[in-house]
Amino acid sequence: MTAAISCKGTGKIWAIGTRRAHEAIATIDLDVAPGEFVVLLGPSGCGKSTLLYLAAGLEEATSGEITSFGQPIAGPGPDRSLIFQETSLFPWLTIGQNVTFGLSLGGADAEKRLKVAEDVLSKVGLRAAIDKRPDELSGGMRQRVAVARALAMEPKVLLMDEPFAALDVQTRAKMQDFLLDVWRDSGASVLFVTHHIDEAVALADRVAVFTSRPGRIKEIVPIDMPRPRDPFSPEGHALRQHLTDILSAEVDRAFAEQEALV
Amino acid sequence: MAATDTAVGGVQPPPSALTELWQRMAPKIGWTIVSVGLFALIWEFLWLIGWADPKLLPPPHIFMGDIAAQAKNFNTAQRWQIGAGATDAPSPEMAVVITILSTTYRVILGLFLAAIVSITVGVAVRYWKLFENLTLPTITLLAPVSPIAWLPVAIFLFGIGDAPAIFMVFIALFFTMTLATITQIDSVNKNYINVARTMGASKQQIYTRVILPAILPGLLVVLRLNLFGAWMVVLIAEATGVGYGLGQVIMLARNTFNPGLVFFTIVLIGCTGFLFDYGLRMLQTRILYWVPKGQGSLG
Repeated sequence: MTAAISCKGTGKIWAIGTRRAHEAIATIDLDVAPGEFVVLLGPSGCGKSTLLYLAAGLEEATSGEITSFGQPIAGPGPDRSLIFQETSLFPWLTIGQNVTFGLSLGGADAEKRLKVAEDVLSKVGLRAAIDKRPDELSGGMRQRVAVARALAMEPKVLLMDEPFAALDVQTRAKMQDFLLDVWRDSGASVLFVTHHIDEAVALADRVAVFTSRPGRIKEIVPIDMPRPRDPFSPEGHALRQHLTDILSAEVDRAFAEQEALV
Repeated sequence: MAATDTAVGGVQPPPSALTELWQRMAPKIGWTIVSVGLFALIWEFLWLIGWADPKLLPPPHIFMGDIAAQAKNFNTAQRWQIGAGATDAPSPEMAVVITILSTTYRVILGLFLAAIVSITVGVAVRYWKLFENLTLPTITLLAPVSPIAWLPVAIFLFGIGDAPAIFMVFIALFFTMTLATITQIDSVNKNYINVARTMGASKQQIYTRVILPAILPGLLVVLRLNLFGAWMVVLIAEATGVGYGLGQVIMLARNTFNPGLVFFTIVLIGCTGFLFDYGLRMLQTRILYWVPKGQGSLG
């Protein structure tokens, strides 16, 4: 079976060929199976998001290759949807217009757009908000709309860049449950970036732990716990402990590097 | 919501939209009257104790006292035009209205043209690199030139009438607004563009569907800030003899040594400018329905 996203020796150097050049990620080897939920976990600034941008086709890799279902990723495509940390809904459009923005670019007619809008908004429980504007919704609701907008494109891969980082703890837990439901229904693969260990353990099939700059995959930790997961189970506790140990070594190293630069 | 707080116990009918508007606006209007009144009162007091010479600084009750007499100075007759009788002229009051309207018309048309052209040029600069290379250096060089320096050019090109005044407003706004458009485009939230790209938007679609709506709020603020500049240059253009207008009346008052007329005209300019800004603000909330109140609207 071809992987939904496959990285082979993938690397990215920003501003390559200039004096400001710096290596964000190096020699990433990672396969995301169709329908799999993979979390990229690592310290801030370790290049997790860079890998996501490469997968989305918004940036090009400077070494190695990255493919989606066997095809090299040459640019953005509707089968790979990216969801950002900040709400990136267009404030000048209604919720319904926001979720069908991609369809309207392709020239879909009003009837089809309304049908899709109602459909995906129902999936995220916001059918009633179709005519509202983004500033009338709470942060959690806006992120649900962003997920609905991604779903409207019927993506095979959902790329999520710390989508719940700006939310409070309670909302975040709710959103994680919600995301797992959506993921199960849609059958899409998810590549999810976070620096929260708890979030990684709650969501992932596998957690890829990143080293600090340049980002490399230090270890891939499978989370073999049945869902719904109990965060307080001994198993979950052991996994969190393990991830904390790997991660803190990296954070220490990142700090030492930064101090050496000063 | 203040209205519901006052309803103690009983059920009170919801206040009408007009009442609500009045409750919101009343303190603002009240303080405006107090502020202007205080200013006038100090002036009158200085006149009373003899510090303000009524020949040079006539107090408000003198220059606003006889509007009909002041209005006689507003002459918009066009007797020289073919077909107009020697005695044809609007009444003095009508002439005041015509004068205000013709100045306002020049400002509006100049603003409108400047907004359209500078947004077009600004977007084109970012859309086509070649266009940027060809035009941006010139625009950047000309931007700091005071619009007053363009006045002779306006007269050379357009003679007298509305056109040179409109040209002056246009020139005063064009360079700043073009550069502002470019700055606004550069500061559009990258996530908006990335979202559009991941959904398969073409470059043209990104510009028309994302960048244009995203830069509009900032541009309207720039437009409003430059409104005062537009009023300034239109008065100067009119003062140099482009026909009748508020600036022409000021120049007339200067030449005939009539301070009362100067202050009378200043009051007219002030009121018109205020109403104009108010109108633009209303327009702003209309066009930019999505921008929350008090954000990007300068109140």
